[in-house]
Amino acid sequence: MTTDTTLSTPDIAGDSLAREAWRRLKQNRAATASLALLALVTLACIAGPWLTPWTLDEVDWNAFLAAPSLEGGHYAGTDANGRDLLTRVLHGGRVSLSVALVATFVSLVIGVLYGAVAGYLGGRVDTLMMRFVDIMYSLPFMFLVILLMVVFGRNILLIYAAIGAVEWLDMSRIVRGQVLALKRREFVEAAQALGVRRHTIVTRHLIPNALGPVVVYVTLTVPKVILLESFLSFLGLGVQEPLTSWGVLISEGKDMMETAPWMLLVPSAFLATTLLCLNFLGDGLRDALDPKTR
Amino acid sequence: MITPRLAAGSLLLAATCLALPVSADTLRLAIMGEPASLDPHKVSGTWENDVVGDLFEGLVTEAADGSRIPGVAESWEVTEDGTTYTFSLREDAAWSDGTPVTADDFVFAFRRILDPATAASYAYLLYPVKNAEAVFNGDAEPGALGIEALDAHTLEITLERSTPYFLDQLAHYTAYPVPRHVVEAHGDDWPSPEHMVSNGAFALQEWRSQTRIEATRNPHFHDAENVALDEVIYFPIEERNTALNRFRAGEIDIAREFPTQQYTWLQENLPEAVQVAPYLGIYYYAFNTRDDRATADPRVREALSLAVRREVITDQILGTGEEPAYGFVPPNVAHYEGAELDFADLSQEERLTRARTLMEEAGYGPDNPLELLLRYNTSEDHRKVAIALAAMWKPLGVEVELYNAEVAVHYADIRQGDFDVARAGWIGDYNDAQNFLSLLEGGVANNYGAYQNDAFDALMDQAAETQDTDARAELMAEAETLALADNATLPLYYYVSRNLVSPALSGWQTNIEDIHRSRWIDFED
Amino acid sequence: MLRYTLTRLLQAIPTLWIVITLSFFLMHLAPGGPFDGERQLPPEIEANLLATYHLDEPVWRQYLIYMGNLLQGDLGPSFKYKDFTVTELVAQGFPVSLELGLWAIGLALLIGLPLGVIAALRRNSTIDYLVMGTALAGVAVPNFVIAPLLALVFGVFLGWLPVGGWNDGAWSNLVLPVVALSIQQIAYIARMMRASMIEILGSHFIRTARAKGLTETEVIWRHALRPAMLPVVSYLGPAIAGIITGSVVIEQIFGIPGIGRYFVQAALNRDYTLVMGTVVFYGALIVLLNLLVDLLYSALDPQIRYDD
Repeated sequence: MTTDTTLSTPDIAGDSLAREAWRRLKQNRAATASLALLALVTLACIAGPWLTPWTLDEVDWNAFLAAPSLEGGHYAGTDANGRDLLTRVLHGGRVSLSVALVATFVSLVIGVLYGAVAGYLGGRVDTLMMRFVDIMYSLPFMFLVILLMVVFGRNILLIYAAIGAVEWLDMSRIVRGQVLALKRREFVEAAQALGVRRHTIVTRHLIPNALGPVVVYVTLTVPKVILLESFLSFLGLGVQEPLTSWGVLISEGKDMMETAPWMLLVPSAFLATTLLCLNFLGDGLRDALDPKTR
Repeated sequence: MITPRLAAGSLLLAATCLALPVSADTLRLAIMGEPASLDPHKVSGTWENDVVGDLFEGLVTEAADGSRIPGVAESWEVTEDGTTYTFSLREDAAWSDGTPVTADDFVFAFRRILDPATAASYAYLLYPVKNAEAVFNGDAEPGALGIEALDAHTLEITLERSTPYFLDQLAHYTAYPVPRHVVEAHGDDWPSPEHMVSNGAFALQEWRSQTRIEATRNPHFHDAENVALDEVIYFPIEERNTALNRFRAGEIDIAREFPTQQYTWLQENLPEAVQVAPYLGIYYYAFNTRDDRATADPRVREALSLAVRREVITDQILGTGEEPAYGFVPPNVAHYEGAELDFADLSQEERLTRARTLMEEAGYGPDNPLELLLRYNTSEDHRKVAIALAAMWKPLGVEVELYNAEVAVHYADIRQGDFDVARAGWIGDYNDAQNFLSLLEGGVANNYGAYQNDAFDALMDQAAETQDTDARAELMAEAETLALADNATLPLYYYVSRNLVSPALSGWQTNIEDIHRSRWIDFED
Repeated sequence: MLRYTLTRLLQAIPTLWIVITLSFFLMHLAPGGPFDGERQLPPEIEANLLATYHLDEPVWRQYLIYMGNLLQGDLGPSFKYKDFTVTELVAQGFPVSLELGLWAIGLALLIGLPLGVIAALRRNSTIDYLVMGTALAGVAVPNFVIAPLLALVFGVFLGWLPVGGWNDGAWSNLVLPVVALSIQQIAYIARMMRASMIEILGSHFIRTARAKGLTETEVIWRHALRPAMLPVVSYLGPAIAGIITGSVVIEQIFGIPGIGRYFVQAALNRDYTLVMGTVVFYGALIVLLNLLVDLLYSALDPQIRYDD
């Protein structure tokens, strides 16, 4: 048998599970380094804007599109409006990281539960649930966003909602596929034979075993979410000036590739670093949580 | 990232590519979008004009410098009251299938565009023609329209009233003839390459949707011997950076627009290809003058206008050669001497002092800051300008909420009056001040801020009744002065046209309407 | 299996009907109409245009008219591209998007799958980090940055390939957009394949297979590979639907006449019939591809059955 089917109470099991996972994660050097770097980026985004000599919407009337320099005080240059890029990138990180965190978490929870339930119950329930997913896939996203905006006005929560509404779909299809395969495996059938309740089977046996692809897909969802946010800004739903985000900064920078490369490179570097860290951290987490290697 | 050495190398490369065009006499032209149609009655965009204007020719047409010269009409006479025009058509004017172009084709075309069944969105540009509006609304028979074929080559057009810009307008695509024999044979399908017949310098050969449109020299064109090019290929390219890159790679000879951000780079690296010139358009912000708005107070509007450093926007933030606007009608508009805002000569400090006083008088100060809702539609340049405005109003203690939306939502919102200041712009339909000033007449759909000044409206009505060009211009200038004194809108800058033209070409002349017909273009050998 | 397929195809009808109905009303509820733009038309001109396209009728009537036409296979005229019907636009653009998309998916699978497997087998080695690091760079750099960069380097600076254009799918015009389109997919596929392969290699039945004395190659090819592809396949269903219907970014940057642009432009222009055309088309593809994915599951893992 590859997984334990002890009947200990979930609380204690959860607690020790977490502690055990943490211990294993600490042994993974790539993961711990990533965690540290990620913490650093996050901290910089939270505290950084107070440390730079400029504020978010302050215009330096003497420095439009200035290249990075130490003397000018614009360590990462300025944008076309004469605003300090470093301040904006750090500030934008708050938005991007929070959107990534919340939207990914929402898509994770909904997608995993939905997919697992559909896959495990199968039959008519599965059919209905998956046809609903098909419908959600097919609806024109732009009108969904525009209407959300019309009905609820502009609100940061709506960004989470709009992104969450689409991002959980892929996740649910992936998890359902995994569960369809897993539910015929011996350990699940054994648990069923032992009379373990259905929701316990789903949460304690199926989901943990489907976690590998899930963790990976989560790390892939983060960049998608961050860039999707910049598309929402295009429609007017995303963050509004003077606020900004990494996605918005990168799409601003792409037209300046040759004339002001720093406008593309600086936010891209932050995004890439974050993703790289998340990736290694994700792998580390997956290993640490793997029920088979425990 | 990209070193100057590499860029220089690419220039050399571009130069060699330009020296080896597909065929010496094929012009490759990047137009800024896929045409909605090639039926002159169904188009409305400048990029469609680029194609349709090469395919067709009106009674009057554009010279290389954009000035009006005889087209299908050889000559014309105007009655003293300015309401009746009699045109003599060229005997040698012919459709690309050899059929002669007759006065009847014009009568047919005018009736067609004013037939509601055609669903032409620009039909109203022909309203100066007698009974045109009534015919469109079904209040008059098509036969009552003020256009008549006296014989095969004599055409008489009667106007509602004297319209000084009418001849200019006859060069517009709404006034092109359409081939009656083809339209009647093929119906809505007539603009397709297999059916289309046209009377311009070029004739349509192929239209690959979203890819290219090919037209070859029309041998039946009356001036065909002076058309240098054998073929024109139009590439619809929406993404301006792509147009620029394809130009740099030598894949196209003319790009009808380039990205504003690249202007500085272009000036340094491709100076001989950059063509920037004043354009018939105004970029402005509408002030919402509806009663419940802070901007209903003329003092607030004036203060806001005073605080805007237009030169900083045009020179530093956009830097594309735009002219700061202190009036509403662009300079160089035909037969017109425009008015200016009265503070145009003040220094920035003087303007700010006056603005602060005005704000105080209007009751705003540190304890009671003015809060404004600024709307703009999504675009890199609009965004930059909006941010700059917010920053420039900050010293007045104004707190600006920036609100962007995609274009449909933006205009839907500002038409409902849900804004304080909102980004807007106007490109002239024809080269006349009236086309701009009419935006500020009471009750007009495009008067977003609902500006209402009865004296202004009266002057405009009076100008419309005036035949003398100078007197008419004076009346309109008086009206513009009124609107400027009221700060009816916030003019920011006059548009410029931006083209990339291969130095290997000759015959390109910049002009205020940015109209360039391929019949004047040639390759220099 | 046949019965299952037929049932699913029958289910497609109500699914699509719901999609069409919801989209139709969603679209009409959004502010702005097809003839609102920078310049407001005179009222009588606008009224005439609205009447021409039945837009002056109540929305429910318009819906009935639309459904009536749709049942006869008529998607209506495009409001924006006046010389074309929606059917014509889709029929012209889809083969282009399909060709581009299939090349991109093919390339992504051809590179992504082996990379994922290699990384899984050499787990936590330098090769693994190298492969995954590179793959990740592909995700971190959005395609609206990669595409112009490729055009600039290979089209403008080096002059090896055309910057844009289609030329009826000449290979030289295909290379850059295919690469730009597949980079992200390679990353996705490689990452997911690696994770799933690791999962499978550690599972009970692989240990059993090894215990039976099979060689490692046999274990991988005969037992591990197919089930490991499950999550990739799950992802691919919707992903393929997205890729073969084109990408607005890639199409605009490389000037490709596909249908991807219509998904965004039709919505921005409020070109209602074209919006609905894309919805119908995309919805049908999603339904079809997700059905294919479900059928593939059973082929990859015979334990998966849909008999209940």
